[in-house]
Amino acid sequence: MKIRRRDFCVTAAAGLALLNTPAWAQKKYDPGATDREIKIGGIMPFSGPASAYAAIGKTEAAYFNMLNDKGGINGRKINLIQYDDGYSPPKAVEQARKLVESDEVLFIFQSLGTPSNSAIHKYMNAKKVPQLFVATGATKWGDPEHFPWTMGWQPNYQSEGRIYAKYIMANHPNGKIAVLYQNDDYGKDLLQGLKDGLGGKASMIVATAPYETSDPTVDSQVVNLKSSGADIFINVATPKFAAQAVRKVGEIGWKPALNIVNNVGNSVGGVLKPAGFENAKDVVSTFYHKDGTDPTWKNDPAMKEWNAFLDKYYPDADRTSTYAVYGYAAAQTLEQVLKQCGDNLTRENVMKQAANLKNLEIGVMLPGIKINTAPNDFFPIEQMQLARFNGERWVLFGDVISGEVGAGSGS
Amino acid sequence: MHLGLPPWAVGGAVAVALVLPLLFKNFLVFQLTLVMIYSIAILGLNLLTGFNGQFSLGHSAFYAIGAYTAAILMDRFDLAYYWTLPVAGMACFVFGFLFGLPALRLEGVYLALATFALAVATPQILKSSPLEPFTGGVQGIVILKPDPPAGLPVNADQWLYYFTLAVLLLMFAGAVNLVRGRTGRAMLAIREHPTAARLMGINTALYKSLTFGVSALYTGIAGALGAIAVQFVAPDSFTFLLSVSLLVGLVIGGVGSIPGCIVGGLFVLFVPNLAEHVSKGLAGAIYGAILLLVIYLMPSGAAGFARLIWARVSSRALKPSVTEGRTP
Amino acid sequence: MELFLHQVLAGLATGGIYACLALAVVMIYQAIDNFNFAQGEMAMFSTFIAWQLLQWGMPFWAAALAAGVVAFAGGVAIERIVFKPIRTASPLSHVVAFIALFAILNSTAGFIWDFNVKTFPSPFGSRPLLGSGLISTHDAGMIVVTVALLAFLYGFFRYTRIGLAMRAAAAHPASAQLVGIRVGWMMALGWGMAAAIGAVAGMMIAPVVFLEPNMMLGILLYGFAGAVVGGLSSPGGAVAGGFAVGVIENLAGTFVPFVGRELKLTIALVLIVGVLMIRPSGLFGRTVVSRV
Repeated sequence: MKIRRRDFCVTAAAGLALLNTPAWAQKKYDPGATDREIKIGGIMPFSGPASAYAAIGKTEAAYFNMLNDKGGINGRKINLIQYDDGYSPPKAVEQARKLVESDEVLFIFQSLGTPSNSAIHKYMNAKKVPQLFVATGATKWGDPEHFPWTMGWQPNYQSEGRIYAKYIMANHPNGKIAVLYQNDDYGKDLLQGLKDGLGGKASMIVATAPYETSDPTVDSQVVNLKSSGADIFINVATPKFAAQAVRKVGEIGWKPALNIVNNVGNSVGGVLKPAGFENAKDVVSTFYHKDGTDPTWKNDPAMKEWNAFLDKYYPDADRTSTYAVYGYAAAQTLEQVLKQCGDNLTRENVMKQAANLKNLEIGVMLPGIKINTAPNDFFPIEQMQLARFNGERWVLFGDVISGEVGAGSGS
Repeated sequence: MHLGLPPWAVGGAVAVALVLPLLFKNFLVFQLTLVMIYSIAILGLNLLTGFNGQFSLGHSAFYAIGAYTAAILMDRFDLAYYWTLPVAGMACFVFGFLFGLPALRLEGVYLALATFALAVATPQILKSSPLEPFTGGVQGIVILKPDPPAGLPVNADQWLYYFTLAVLLLMFAGAVNLVRGRTGRAMLAIREHPTAARLMGINTALYKSLTFGVSALYTGIAGALGAIAVQFVAPDSFTFLLSVSLLVGLVIGGVGSIPGCIVGGLFVLFVPNLAEHVSKGLAGAIYGAILLLVIYLMPSGAAGFARLIWARVSSRALKPSVTEGRTP
Repeated sequence: MELFLHQVLAGLATGGIYACLALAVVMIYQAIDNFNFAQGEMAMFSTFIAWQLLQWGMPFWAAALAAGVVAFAGGVAIERIVFKPIRTASPLSHVVAFIALFAILNSTAGFIWDFNVKTFPSPFGSRPLLGSGLISTHDAGMIVVTVALLAFLYGFFRYTRIGLAMRAAAAHPASAQLVGIRVGWMMALGWGMAAAIGAVAGMMIAPVVFLEPNMMLGILLYGFAGAVVGGLSSPGGAVAGGFAVGVIENLAGTFVPFVGRELKLTIALVLIVGVLMIRPSGLFGRTVVSRV
């Protein structure tokens, strides 16, 4: 049969048009991604000793509900499957395998807790599934050379320790430091950062006292630290123990020249109020996002949006704690990454885009703090700002400080 | 008490167990491997508490010692995974025996406290600085999953399943042998009436300590297998809550029942997941409710329940012949 | 020397917490001859109820009393509903039932009141006692309350008819029944009283450690240790044991070189087990002699 010239031209033109389609318009999917949805996994301690942190997971789930109501990202709904690991590493391994092998999620987002994440670290990298924006500040998550599929999110603990060290050397160069720390990965990591930041002057640390999460109180440790004669007290503790420590310092009449509480334990509602505002006066800490109770941000558009979001999607949230802001900011970071992925929803591209965040500003972060990642920089947030508690609220001072730690350093 | 199942039941169960990994996805195979590991650990506890009457809340310590022994040998000394099991078993036997000796003086609640002290102290000791070079401190140790021997058409998960199954069958057979023999009778005699046992010439001190050792050996080997399966050990994996889980598994399966340990293992792994599935916020409450229901319906555990059903069924089966004999 | 004194006093203060709970532990042990793992959770739950009543505007003493009454009723109800049906089952099954109760109470409390710490007011205030920095008014008040409870229990068991009946029912249920004592209700009463004591303990403890669903497990374990080392048949011994555990733990943490700080719980427990080796029934416990 003769092929008519016109038909041939039309067919050829169509063929050429197809060939010229730009690569990004082609859809590429790994397990968990389809035209309609992106399935992601989360591992949170809904039960067990760390259950207070589950509020972060709930905030994120609520945020994705909101996104889905607005049509999702690039037309796809987010399906977040969360499982409880009870803060137990073997359970975390089981849940991670369930998510990857049984539920077939595209990646795992904001898995919480250093021990749990340590347990699944090698597995996730062996399976080449992103362990994205891990919800702990341990420094080892920023090691793209050895673990290219794992990335942290919040400023890591060693960065924070270094920032305190910088501040102390600049303002209290002859001080004597006493440190209360939780006897696990997180506490030891921060202490390490502090020591590294002090460098040759690490001998300024005259006393350290660990505590276990099973200890009823840390009163005994605080009494010991006071008797060391230190005039700088650094409180590396989770909310309940941070509150006890701040209160005890006031009770025993210890007035250190500098009283620092770490970022994890600086919530106004969750820590300072139980400790007693009189005891918390002049305490110094670091921040990287806005605080829901801070009247400075009363008319801030980003915080207003945050409050409206909570009103509609998570009304039970405790707005005085930091978790609701943290979860919101992390979810928004992920939103940006997924937007950047477009239609290429392979696991490789997810990591690529996560490592390609340039000067990203999230509304609820402090002004001046930007998220930056690169193929050799897996620490999205490295800046913090110091603040002092004036008896009623936190007052930011100074500039945004960067506490950069070399990639892959730390235990 | 239940010493073993009729041969056809055992054969059937083993046949099913052999076939399962070929039917299911890797994740379920992994879960079933964990079930078997918990079953072995529960069997260890059963030997001590079920058969010998010594109450222990401290078996998480032996599990931890077994796990860390395997991890350290594989990670620092490059020992092959199958050799770690006997070494872990031996180490735990020694620890168990040494712990059992002073524990001889303690009874009931006081023994419970001593074993509980052991369980609570173990994570602290594992984290402590003097031991950190060996244990890796709070960071723990990561180990690699063993590869199947070359040539076999199974993947790593399936291989580990079969390996664990072989170990399980071996250890269960050993337990049945132990309990059926003289030693077993001595253990039971000590449980029922220690004074009478002593009067009969049984060296209660020796048997009680030996039982502690053997019990620790079993749970230690389970721990080593657990470390290999999960590929990670950390002090926080082995808290007092693990001891509690083992105890729950023991009671649900049936105290003094060897096959019941498998039921216990299944319960301990799957029921918390089930509870979470029903309600994430109230998972613990649902778990507790299920636990209470099971205790209420089956006070002697699954084994006791099975025995009850079997007795009913066999007595019904007998009836027709009795009445037949009566029919004129 | 000053440090030593400080640590002893701080140890007495935390020891007061353990002693309070040890009393509840002994109470329930006397009633049911077993150790109730859920004791701490029951205390925690009752304290949350008190907290909720305070949030709704009730004055402190009314709320505390109401919580105590609710706890008592709850204890009786738990005994009647949960434990009576399984009374004939083995002690191990009972232990598992306690564990189930623990899980239910903990999870429900977390569900209703969430896991963030809350402040619970102290009726004694938190100022330093007599102006010194050594011990606070609350800690002193707590010790006074514990001793008062102890005196009350002593008088109750020794000098009242019901107390005598309870002791008889626990020691020899069959004989007690034969003389007309309602053994079942005695057990329920024992549970109720233990729950009420637990509620008091919880309300004393919460101002110090802050109120949250997981606040009691660590303390319960210390209280258990204190009760056992003092002797489970002796409420006075249990209280003494609780104080002892608090002080030993603090001193071990301060003065034992190298590992003291990291292993203070271990050291305290090793000492306790050591005591048990020498006196297997506890320091003040009576050795039970039974006929073979």
